[in-house]
Amino acid sequence: MTLTEKLLARAGGQAHVAPGDNVWVNVDVLMTHDVCGPGTIGVFQREFGRDAKVWDKQKVVIIPDHYIFTADSMSNRNVDILRDFVREQGLPYFYDVIDDPNGHWHFDASKGQLKQQWKGNYTGVCHTTLPWKGHLRPGEVLVGTDSHTCMAGAFNQFATGIGNTDGGFVLGTGKILLKVPETMRFYLEGEMSAGVMAKDVILHVIGEIGFDGATYRAMQWEGPGVNAMNMDDRMTIANMAIEAGGKNGIFPYDEKTGEYVRERIAENGTKSEFEPVEVDREQSFSYDKTFDLSKLEPTVACHPDPGQRKTARELKDVTLDRAYIGSCTGGKTSDFLAFARVVKGHTVKIDTFGVPATTKVVHELKETMWDGLSVWSILENAGVRMTENASCAACLGGPVDTFGRMNTPMKCISATNRNFPGRMGHKESQVFLASPYTVAASALTGKITDPRDYVG
Amino acid sequence: MPNTLTSPVYVVQDNIDTDQIIPAQYLTLVPTIAEEYEKLGSYAQIGLPDSLYPVRFVPEGETKTPFKIVIAGRNYGCGSSREHAPIALGAAGVEAVIAESFARIFFRNCVATGELYPYDAKERLCEKVKTGDIATLDFDADTLTVGGTTYSLKPLGAARPVIDAGGVFNYARKSGMIASKG
Ligand code: SF4
Repeated sequence: MTLTEKLLARAGGQAHVAPGDNVWVNVDVLMTHDVCGPGTIGVFQREFGRDAKVWDKQKVVIIPDHYIFTADSMSNRNVDILRDFVREQGLPYFYDVIDDPNGHWHFDASKGQLKQQWKGNYTGVCHTTLPWKGHLRPGEVLVGTDSHTCMAGAFNQFATGIGNTDGGFVLGTGKILLKVPETMRFYLEGEMSAGVMAKDVILHVIGEIGFDGATYRAMQWEGPGVNAMNMDDRMTIANMAIEAGGKNGIFPYDEKTGEYVRERIAENGTKSEFEPVEVDREQSFSYDKTFDLSKLEPTVACHPDPGQRKTARELKDVTLDRAYIGSCTGGKTSDFLAFARVVKGHTVKIDTFGVPATTKVVHELKETMWDGLSVWSILENAGVRMTENASCAACLGGPVDTFGRMNTPMKCISATNRNFPGRMGHKESQVFLASPYTVAASALTGKITDPRDYVG
Repeated sequence: MPNTLTSPVYVVQDNIDTDQIIPAQYLTLVPTIAEEYEKLGSYAQIGLPDSLYPVRFVPEGETKTPFKIVIAGRNYGCGSSREHAPIALGAAGVEAVIAESFARIFFRNCVATGELYPYDAKERLCEKVKTGDIATLDFDADTLTVGGTTYSLKPLGAARPVIDAGGVFNYARKSGMIASKG
């Protein structure tokens, strides 16, 4: 069986499953956030009753992260709905933006967008919070009311996005009916050359199979190229399985995975037992292809979908209005460090926004010193508008006062993961997806720029 | 449920993602709150670029669409997992989307909520019919008839009884999978 088949067989209590089988599986963790949480809770209460209790308090993780730093009153209210539910249910894992469990959240627009307004346990983007706070364990099943839940596949688990109704069902029962997907294997060999990042790998592959090339399927990553990658790189790749329509992305377990996970579990005191799934010798794939990483170039997905692949070089005449670095895919500490390597000592030519994925990233960028200066300052000195308010921000547009949102038609190069029309705001705007290196080099020139001119 | 539905159709092309079906700024509306559900309907497909889709799907100032059938190309409903998407369409009065193919989560959310019937077409209908054409969808024969031509659709199979029941909870109760409401 493939990794996904093994995971679903185990979670479904079956010896063997095959693609196309429908299996009731036990969920290990359900994650929800401020955009889909209120509706999921609404479904749960409507269907199981106002006094019903969730199936297992330890297995529910609630992370407000999408529309937080906005004066939009409905958005603020939605965070309050989450808080009320957490209090009623006595849920231990809620990463609230305020520290009063009975309080109300109000974003104070008069203080501006850049200075920290979060308190207490706030963490930021859900998919980057889950591994940091020790909620991801190899061998488990994670479902989340967010399509990029597939990012956790980097940790050798089955992870997929679901809707509110399915989410409400899981809250009540801890179970979900899943169809076993066919598996596509992507075997990575060779080493990436300087200036090429994991983001280029996934953009290349999506370009290869198309924006719906993995619909209903699992994307399994293997090979020496995968073993060489750190967890951040694997997360970037697993994150974008959904951009090819995939049900999940999945990586083999290795010592890097184990070490990362054990460290986070120890820091947070979360459940410590886990059992990875190993790669079988006998696996059948609906697609199996080897990619030589040494041949990859900095890659861009052009407007209007993530499958519109071009090399950065081919696009060198495209002028831009804006650059953006942030999100679950592209707002990790390693992404900002790569970005800073390029812009250090230079000045950006176009409006450039930096939104750390989590509050931990904010701290790390302030604490990492290069030549006596923090990386945070290096970015600010280069003209990047950095906010301490870690969140999804303009990755998905959001309310009109969202930091970095495009409120007029413009062209933006972005380290995020999605570029359908209107994704980052105005529906006539255009978004080009690229690696942090490419976004940084392009921010310096105001045109789409191959970063190998700056690094390597 | 009537077994046929006659309505003008609204035609969209490939790769209509959930941001176009219901743009992110309207996700603050919670679908399980009745008035917010209605509001979601008024914004259905408002994210389609005007340059490509000059006819508004839901007329300005109204909450319902005159188009109860949507015809789409490949990969309809791709992108985010927001259930607000099938709900916005359902709230606007859409009863079926007929696409060349669907994105996985959108399809599943249609079934789970029972908001609408997601039919796979056998051919590229988005190039054969135009917005405003009057079509008749026959739910039992799995066909769509437009201007005298009848196109056959792929049967919904196991999804059909779930949508007929009004979604996964009703279906699960009917079939005894979960206890009925007290
Ligand atoms: S950062 Fe963007 S892609 Fe990631 S969860 Fe937030 S909105 Fe979704």
